[in-house]
Amino acid sequence: MIHPRILVLVFVAVVGVAPFVLSPFSVTILNYIGLYSLATLGLVLLTGVGGLTSFGQAAFAGLGAYSTAWLTTAYGLSPWLTLVIGLLFTLGVGAIIGFATLKLSGHYLPLATIAWAVSLYFMFGNLQTLGGHTGMGGLPPVTIGTLALSENSAFYYLIWATVIGALWLSSNLLDSRPGRAMRALKGGIDVAEAMGVNTQRSKLIAFLIAAGLASVSGWLYAHMQRFVNPTPFGLQIGIEYLFMAVLGGAGHIWGAVLGAGVVTLLKQKLQDVLPHLAGSQGNLEGIAFGLIMVLVLQRAKDGLWPWIARVAVKRQPRAIDATAADLLTREKVDTRAPLLQVDGVSKRFGGLTAVRDMSLDISRGEILGLLGPNGAGKSTMFNLIAGSLGISGGTVTFNGERIDGLRPPAIARRGISRTFQHVRLLPDMTVLDNVALGTHLRASHGVLLSALRAERKREEMLMKEAARQIARVGLGAHINDLAGSLSLGQQRILEIARALAADPLLLLLDEPAAGLRLKEKEALSDLLKSLRSEGLAILLVEHDMDFVMNLVDRLVVMSFGEKIAEGTPAEVQQNERVIEAYLGSVA
Amino acid sequence: MNFDIALMLAQDGIVNGAIYALLALSTVLVFQITRVIFIPSGTFVAFAALTLAALQAGKCPATVWLLVGGGLAVAALDIHQRQWRTRGDVGAILLWNVGYPLALAALLQVVKADDWPVLAQGALCCLILVPLGPVMYRLVYAPVAAASVLVLLIVSIAVDVALVSFGLLVFGSDGMRAPSMIDTDFALGPLTITGQSLVILGTSAALIAGLYVFFEHTLEGKALRATAVNRVGARLMGIATGKSGKRAFALAVFIAVCAGLLAAPTTTIYYDTGFLIGLRGLVGAIFGGLASYPLAALGAILLGLIESVSAFEASSFKEVIVFSLLIPVLLARTLLTDDPGHEEE
Repeated sequence: MIHPRILVLVFVAVVGVAPFVLSPFSVTILNYIGLYSLATLGLVLLTGVGGLTSFGQAAFAGLGAYSTAWLTTAYGLSPWLTLVIGLLFTLGVGAIIGFATLKLSGHYLPLATIAWAVSLYFMFGNLQTLGGHTGMGGLPPVTIGTLALSENSAFYYLIWATVIGALWLSSNLLDSRPGRAMRALKGGIDVAEAMGVNTQRSKLIAFLIAAGLASVSGWLYAHMQRFVNPTPFGLQIGIEYLFMAVLGGAGHIWGAVLGAGVVTLLKQKLQDVLPHLAGSQGNLEGIAFGLIMVLVLQRAKDGLWPWIARVAVKRQPRAIDATAADLLTREKVDTRAPLLQVDGVSKRFGGLTAVRDMSLDISRGEILGLLGPNGAGKSTMFNLIAGSLGISGGTVTFNGERIDGLRPPAIARRGISRTFQHVRLLPDMTVLDNVALGTHLRASHGVLLSALRAERKREEMLMKEAARQIARVGLGAHINDLAGSLSLGQQRILEIARALAADPLLLLLDEPAAGLRLKEKEALSDLLKSLRSEGLAILLVEHDMDFVMNLVDRLVVMSFGEKIAEGTPAEVQQNERVIEAYLGSVA
Repeated sequence: MNFDIALMLAQDGIVNGAIYALLALSTVLVFQITRVIFIPSGTFVAFAALTLAALQAGKCPATVWLLVGGGLAVAALDIHQRQWRTRGDVGAILLWNVGYPLALAALLQVVKADDWPVLAQGALCCLILVPLGPVMYRLVYAPVAAASVLVLLIVSIAVDVALVSFGLLVFGSDGMRAPSMIDTDFALGPLTITGQSLVILGTSAALIAGLYVFFEHTLEGKALRATAVNRVGARLMGIATGKSGKRAFALAVFIAVCAGLLAAPTTTIYYDTGFLIGLRGLVGAIFGGLASYPLAALGAILLGLIESVSAFEASSFKEVIVFSLLIPVLLARTLLTDDPGHEEE
């Protein structure tokens, strides 16, 4: 087991000395691996981390490559200037494609990139200004000061310095507030939105970072070859990049380098071996390539890296800086007025009325239980308040402000925090990272600062707060475990910690005691009581009668979408309509 | 562009569009039932045309060996994974997955189909290619049937890469064009209408009508639709959803093969032509949101029209125009979707 930092140092050292010990041919191969790593790294951030995908990486590389090829040869611009122009151009095109698809289901983005990659390929091939299918040559070398990087080994260092830089920026980004928001996309947008993440923005950012990395890779490619033609930017290569990401391990940045390396070397080998088997070139390679990819997706969807990481890399606990400043907390509001007022709310799904004319209110320092038989509409009601469903009629007022019609992130921003009936965590992230996602709205630092690691002070504040909430709910011993390794009961508690990390005024808990053992239930009950004494308002949907009756201040009982009773636990227990709803009528 | 030319372009566009419409329908069909975006549909178009060409040349089409290999793999997997209860089941597995392909291959070794009528040749193509649909579903998609649409899409692309490479291996890089199915042309005003274009339009219309009847008026069709609406619910009603997947793929490949046989006399088809034809079908299907059959067909026909106009006005940018069109289509869908994010599965 190796410490990750040592692994990085070894990697950098190996990259540094490789040109001195390897043949020029091998250095060229490494150059290609470096270029592919860059484009693949973009896909890792998009696919493995963000849960989207693109077949357009090669086409984006093409934009970078052709921008520089055309501008440096036709107008004599400096390659450094064309790098920036190409990058901006790529980001512009990416923004259009992103905007066109990101609101739709996840599969429209890859489909759009397929069509777009095909159309761009034909565009490159048919525009005579860009050299058509024969391509254009005579690109100037990249120069640093007076040094022209025209030798392969000199260019090698430019490529790999870029790769290492990109890896560094990406790993910083992933370990930060915007990075967590991107990683949360994979767990479904419900969770991310409930934590206040603007998911469209996060998706777009992930897509643009991927496009940008591809564009840089294309720029490097153009100046390494000093020649561009359409072939390396076609859809086929875009598919190959995705294959590299999937094989290497799309969930981790090192998977990009690993995938690019393995696929490139494998192709070399296949090209040597296969023609002897079949006597004809190229086609067997494609068959092998396609079949391996299908098998990987069927059998080892996470790719090679996690497997290596398990065996070779020691997971390091994240240190919490106890001296970090505390986060600001929300201003507490007036005690007497109800904090949340639900007034005459209905929800219809087509012809079915799931909730009819429901009213309830919750004040600060109060726990309200929402009870009802299965199918009574409790969870629907819950989702109407949280904004994940739109209401069909009535009003929801929170803290003196109408919130019906707002999207979940806007509702989260106003101080309502929720858990999910079916636990929704990011199982591959640590307990700490999961809870830190809950602090999303309590800071504002973005992609640029995070990638440059310039937000560490603020990030430490978030981490300290997350650790505090974890300790508070009693999961301190598991802070560095992966969320997926916890028991179901612990995962429910973890969701509460995540909700608390947002510093809410109102906590919405959907069946928090389900799956908990008796001791855990008692601990949860104590926790909720102490939160109440701090002035938090809590809405609880729950089935466990003992748990509810000993905890809540008031109860609202629903049956068939309507409120049938309201009052203290003692009153409700005597209510005939409640008894009837639960036990059936005596007659 | 004068009126005569416009009419000619419209005729061309509608005829091509009818072919794309078939592919769009097969894409919607497969997506609705299995959530798979069936990228290889286009490759089956090419396989159909190239298989037909091999038959017409009196050769044994190599696609039959794909069926033999695939069938063996299915039989091995089914038996290994205990998809049987009785010896009879094992017998049936072997009969359909090993016996049938081998019998077909043996038949093709002895029989020369070059002087058969074109309809019989087409039927033979179907016998070879259509079973590849269920075989492919069983081998490739069934093991990941529960995965996300995204993973299924990547799988589709990977299969297509393998299939296209197989196509190059066995058919080589030469293109082929089949002779017209009907040689009679006749004039209608300024237009010359070829028999082939009538065959294409007629067959497409018949297939679309057939699909409609199948889904609306037969139990089997309704079962498939039920699977599309709710997998779990369908299963509770006793519908075998795995079987639905195989049926959907058989149907989709059948449609794609028909499209290929129809297109074969109108254009030169290479081993890799199919992908771009399939992609046109996909653009049409997306026009219908991957859900609506009539909108998908309409989108495909519009695409055919736009293509024929752009082929006339700017022929070297035909593909650029056709595939860039997807972006505004998606943009329109985005702007019409007012409830962001809730389209997730």
